[in-house]
Amino acid sequence: MSNRWGLMKFIGRRLFLGVLTLFIVSIFIFAATQALPSDAAQSVLGRNANPERVAVLREKLGLDKPLLNQYFHWLWGLVRGDPGRSMSNDVPILDFISARVVSSLFLLTLASAISIPLSLLIGAVQARRRDKTFDQISSFSMLALASIPEFVIGVILVITFATVQWKLLPAVAQFGTDRAWQHLDQMVLPTATLVLGAVPYISRVTRAALIEVLDSDYVEMARLKGAPERTVLWRHALPNSLGPVFQVIALNIAYFAGGVIVVEYLFNYPGIGGALKDAVGIRNIPVIQFLVMILATVYVLVNLIADVATILVTPRLRTRVS
Amino acid sequence: MTIVSDAEDNVDGALPLPRQSFKPPGVMRVALRMWRTRIGLIITAALVFLAFFGRYFAPYGENQGIGVAMQPSDSPKIHEKSLFGSGELGRDIWTRFLYGGRPILISAFLATLLALVLGTIIGLIAAYNRGKLDDVLMRAMDIILAFPQIILALVVIAMFGATNVLIIMAVGVSTTPRIARVVRGSAVSVVERDFVAASEALGEPRWRILKDELLPNITAPLLVEANLRLTFSIGVIAGIAFLGFTADPLSANWGLMIDQHRSGLLGDQPWGTTLPVIAIALLTIGTGLIGDGLSRAAAGVDRQRGDA
Repeated sequence: MSNRWGLMKFIGRRLFLGVLTLFIVSIFIFAATQALPSDAAQSVLGRNANPERVAVLREKLGLDKPLLNQYFHWLWGLVRGDPGRSMSNDVPILDFISARVVSSLFLLTLASAISIPLSLLIGAVQARRRDKTFDQISSFSMLALASIPEFVIGVILVITFATVQWKLLPAVAQFGTDRAWQHLDQMVLPTATLVLGAVPYISRVTRAALIEVLDSDYVEMARLKGAPERTVLWRHALPNSLGPVFQVIALNIAYFAGGVIVVEYLFNYPGIGGALKDAVGIRNIPVIQFLVMILATVYVLVNLIADVATILVTPRLRTRVS
Repeated sequence: MTIVSDAEDNVDGALPLPRQSFKPPGVMRVALRMWRTRIGLIITAALVFLAFFGRYFAPYGENQGIGVAMQPSDSPKIHEKSLFGSGELGRDIWTRFLYGGRPILISAFLATLLALVLGTIIGLIAAYNRGKLDDVLMRAMDIILAFPQIILALVVIAMFGATNVLIIMAVGVSTTPRIARVVRGSAVSVVERDFVAASEALGEPRWRILKDELLPNITAPLLVEANLRLTFSIGVIAGIAFLGFTADPLSANWGLMIDQHRSGLLGDQPWGTTLPVIAIALLTIGTGLIGDGLSRAAAGVDRQRGDA
């Protein structure tokens, strides 16, 4: 009973820290927009705009109110799910972003669903056949993959599979108003790019964590009892090495949140990463604010889930959190 | 960690262990015995040379036109002496390639340096002053970590425009928490050692304890992390350029080049994208190999078996 309380308290504290982080991030983002050389109304209408029109727009955007009011107005809007209107075409941000959020989430989910089991498998096989040929070769290729920037991996894939070498797959994702899952052939290369970027990290940590556990006394005990090596690996060793692996998976999903910008731009993928790139190009401040908040929220949430999951799969920690 | 010499231990009067009676090899030297480090160094050195001095061997000027845009090298529509043909705006691909590496390398190096200095200072202070200050510093680091690196840079670019100084600062600041964490993690155990207490008893000022007692004992993990961060910074800075945000859109840049010549992949002029892609891939594999050698050396793996 006391354990469960300890766990709840732990989750509560992490949740509080997560919300606090997001709150401070929101202040940062809002403060950053205040540092603009000219205010938003001026930059929309241009430097030579009629001062009366600027004043009207300022009033419409709420820029004439005190800074604190503006901030809380914006924050309250975010909490209610109303991030305001886009500055470039004056439509509600949600109208054109929500479909993109769905597409990006689909890409992230697909990439995670493939990279996580694949990395666990590679890490496990590497750990079991330590320093054998597979371990050596795969370790080396993982090292290369981990070093090359994501967009370069993506371009190499495009050169190899979509353009110069073989023309097997579409080089760009253009599904207009269709949903991403209706065009899985266009998903292959963007997903593969993210997967290839993430697998080296997760598999490396899996390998290291598994090697440590495989050398421990209780695994030796299981072996001595006559359990086959396969059972020892998957039933006894793997569950106990998941703690650090969860942390790295979380880091990687968070890393996807950044990588998705470059990858979506590369493949012309209609997600939030591409939208953020476009918004930065034309200084569409409300859209930038909203998208950065979404990405920071993804990051904080994923880390929170990973921390809780780590506690849940680690008996030692599970009893100690109180 | 164990291979870093602890001269202070001997000063304390402890019997010198056999291994400590001579100067143990530094991480660098151990790493250099491994083939992976040597290969990494050769690749990196070759590309750094190409990026810094290639421009002096360029056949044309950086912005000199040689004919019609996006023509392969054997096209009659361009100057006959073009190795890889022309790029968009009709400039020589080979020349642009020779010019385009330096801005990325300089920016990535400076950003890593900035992060190294800030991260080391913050990490050491946090490790030495456990408690409130540690908590506050590390929480602040966590908040910076909540922004993926490229997003932090994009926000800064959106606000102030893409200048070199801002991009370097954005990448440097977003790299800082990663280094601070490693420094703090390694220094925490050093703070507990006797020679730190001895220096405190002697009344050494705090900054000297940080600089002379803690720092020399964490050089191995710091070196590994610095190398890793340099590799990432190259990727982030090239990625920002790939998105089209560079200080000077006219000057050559590998990241920008990859983006600008993508249409050539579908036609018969793939070199504008392929050359910089190969260069960035090789460069990062080179620094990655050095980092792998360093981390193996720091972990004490392969210390006997230097051929791995």
